[in-house]
Amino acid sequence: MADEALFQFLHNEVIQYVYKSAENGEMENGRCVSKLEHLGFRVGQGLIERFTKDTSRFKDELDVMKFICKDYWTSVFKKQIDNLRTNHQGIYVLQDNKFRLLTQLSSGKQYLEHAPKYSCPVVFGVRLWPGARGTLQPGCEEHRHR
Amino acid sequence: MARQSTRSTDSKKMNSELFTLTYGALVTQLCKDYENDEEVNKQLDKMGYNIGVRLIEDFLARSSVGRCQDFRETADVIAKVAFKMYLGITPSVTNWSPAGDEFSLILESNPLVDFVELPDNHSNLVYSNLLCGVLRGALEMVQMAVEVRFAQDTLRGDNVTEIRMKFIKRIEENLPAGDE
Repeated sequence: MADEALFQFLHNEVIQYVYKSAENGEMENGRCVSKLEHLGFRVGQGLIERFTKDTSRFKDELDVMKFICKDYWTSVFKKQIDNLRTNHQGIYVLQDNKFRLLTQLSSGKQYLEHAPKYSCPVVFGVRLWPGARGTLQPGCEEHRHR
Repeated sequence: MARQSTRSTDSKKMNSELFTLTYGALVTQLCKDYENDEEVNKQLDKMGYNIGVRLIEDFLARSSVGRCQDFRETADVIAKVAFKMYLGITPSVTNWSPAGDEFSLILESNPLVDFVELPDNHSNLVYSNLLCGVLRGALEMVQMAVEVRFAQDTLRGDNVTEIRMKFIKRIEENLPAGDE
């Protein structure tokens, strides 16, 4: 059972690696983010597969969102989502007031500028059905599923 | 009708799978980025080193282990405390060299390789090479220069995973200029 600290360190290294490739001129920033997203997508897909293989199917979108906000978030980020809002038209806003993967970065001011581009895509690859997309805005730390 | 929730939130297990899956995604990406397995191995070692030099502080803070008196004690601490704390496994320490400067860690299981198979065209890939870098980096921060390599790997068909560690030399601490 891998320790949380080890994951955090590995996560940071992954970010460094992808962005160092960018600095070497191998790709633009936009493609950097999608490389991370791709990595995150693989991870998210694997996690969801393993987590839900023995469980019943989700009834509807709201069921899925409840699962993400409670079970999935707790397992991956050690806490539940603080706030969930929806416009009942397919947009959900998940608010995490203390997002685990960014708290270490934001304590050092030098990273604040780059925080939006960092880290989160690695784990935000969860797309539970075709067409669902998520974006992250740090500051208020929201994540929207559409 | 109440829907039964059979989703057991085994968060420690989930955390471990998150780590394993992230590591797998990383290795896959490195294999895409680099042309040959040797380069991937080097990258993994380098990244492991970067992790190790920071991990040691976390380890020392959490384990309250004091300074080791000799390499044998170091080996025991690595196997029984560090591996247990970070990977949840306790490798055995064996195969000491006559000079007492080299030993093996035998891992019955390796969390990094859960669900992993090596494709045929990556026979030279040392999948878990990150671990070698971590050990090397961590020990360098406590003034020990070591060589670490995989001697056996279950992913490559061996029965066990064996990490071989060799003590090279003690690194002198750099005293600030002016200290008598």
